[in-house]
Amino acid sequence: MCLAVPAQLVEVDGDQAVACLHGNRLSINVSLIHEPRVGDWVLLHAGFAIQRLEGTDLEETWAILEDLAAAAAEEGGDP
Amino acid sequence: MSRRVLELQQVIQRLHEVAPRLGRTARFMEVCGTHTVNAFRSGLRSLLPDNVQLLSGPGCPVCVTSQGEIDRIIHLATQPNVILCTYGDMIRVTGSTSSLADARAAGADIRVIYSTLDAVQIAVGNPHRQVVLAAVGFETTTPATAIAILEAERLELDNFTVLASHKCILPALEALLDSGKVQVDGFVCPGHVAVVTGAEVFRSIVHRYRLSCVITGFEGPQIAAALLRLTELRLGGMPRLENLYPQAVSPEGNPRALAAIARVFEPVDAVWRGLGMLPESALGIRAAFSEFDARRRFDLPEHEPPEPRGCVCGSVITGRASPDQCPHFAVACTPAHPIGPCMVSSEGTCAAWFKYAAHPRRRAPSPLHEQEVPT
Repeated sequence: MCLAVPAQLVEVDGDQAVACLHGNRLSINVSLIHEPRVGDWVLLHAGFAIQRLEGTDLEETWAILEDLAAAAAEEGGDP
Repeated sequence: MSRRVLELQQVIQRLHEVAPRLGRTARFMEVCGTHTVNAFRSGLRSLLPDNVQLLSGPGCPVCVTSQGEIDRIIHLATQPNVILCTYGDMIRVTGSTSSLADARAAGADIRVIYSTLDAVQIAVGNPHRQVVLAAVGFETTTPATAIAILEAERLELDNFTVLASHKCILPALEALLDSGKVQVDGFVCPGHVAVVTGAEVFRSIVHRYRLSCVITGFEGPQIAAALLRLTELRLGGMPRLENLYPQAVSPEGNPRALAAIARVFEPVDAVWRGLGMLPESALGIRAAFSEFDARRRFDLPEHEPPEPRGCVCGSVITGRASPDQCPHFAVACTPAHPIGPCMVSSEGTCAAWFKYAAHPRRRAPSPLHEQEVPT
């Protein structure tokens, strides 16, 4: 139920927007996003944009993994 | 070969390299229905080292909804002049005696909605009928309910109410750990709950229980990466909170979503399937919005009936049993004829096991079985 999918905003009108999802145009609510703009990628959950995405490339996960491993080796655990 | 398969292979290879150094079996728990399903669908489960186990915890909101609450939703649906709106996951969940699907077949007006604002529009279009939104879900879903109530207030609707069954994930994890009934070595934390709550909500698990929490997304490689980090952190001996999903998850969460939740809801006690009554583990509608609270507008049954006889959904939800340990699993309880909620919800642990895991009972000679399980 907590599934959310990336979608791109193609129209924005106040709290309402049209998002493009795999070629489908969906009317969504963007009131939970600060200053939504056409072209933004958002996480769409049950008709609401719940977050603006900063990037969707899975390769980023790998880069983050390397960084975290290095940081953990240097810093140790959480106090 | 697709890039995702290659990425999964890379992470799994590294996990196989480090896991033997554990010297024992490590048990990590995910608490998100989408993680449950994608760990199967991506093939990840079948690729894990023998000594790295992935347990499913109380992460499916339909599954953790108590039998009594399901009865209350069905009761509301069968009241005269009521239109009950719900997400599709709830339709086939069985209460003490029936389901919403049964009620609809008997004439109840039950509408499956995509967005909570659909329910508001149904109320606008049916001013002489009472529209009730049965709102189930964790923190990911709660802001949408809050926005619907605020919209109903703005429109001055007097025929729209919400039966709020929203739960919070942290009290469930704490109750699970406090019970001492499940031994876990760390948590794969749900990315889309964390989108709303912020990553920091899980830090208390790290501090209080000395267990690592790794927030991650929903692709197979992302879940695998979380298991790799949990294994490495276990080896390092120092628990940490880590965020593998920073594209969407910030430390503080979504401030607008949190503000909407805080404005409309307040913490309340709630009964969870498998965990019982947990203090301040759910969100109830504040008195200021009582006119939109179905619990105040309607007389609702307060009973909490026992779970179906023989059904071990409560133990499955809390990681104390796997679906194949249930006597009903894949025999009397199937997706076509579910007994417990873990088989009803598409994100339920039993439904995922039935669909993806090899199980000898699925090959049992039975005409019914042959219809349901493609060979």
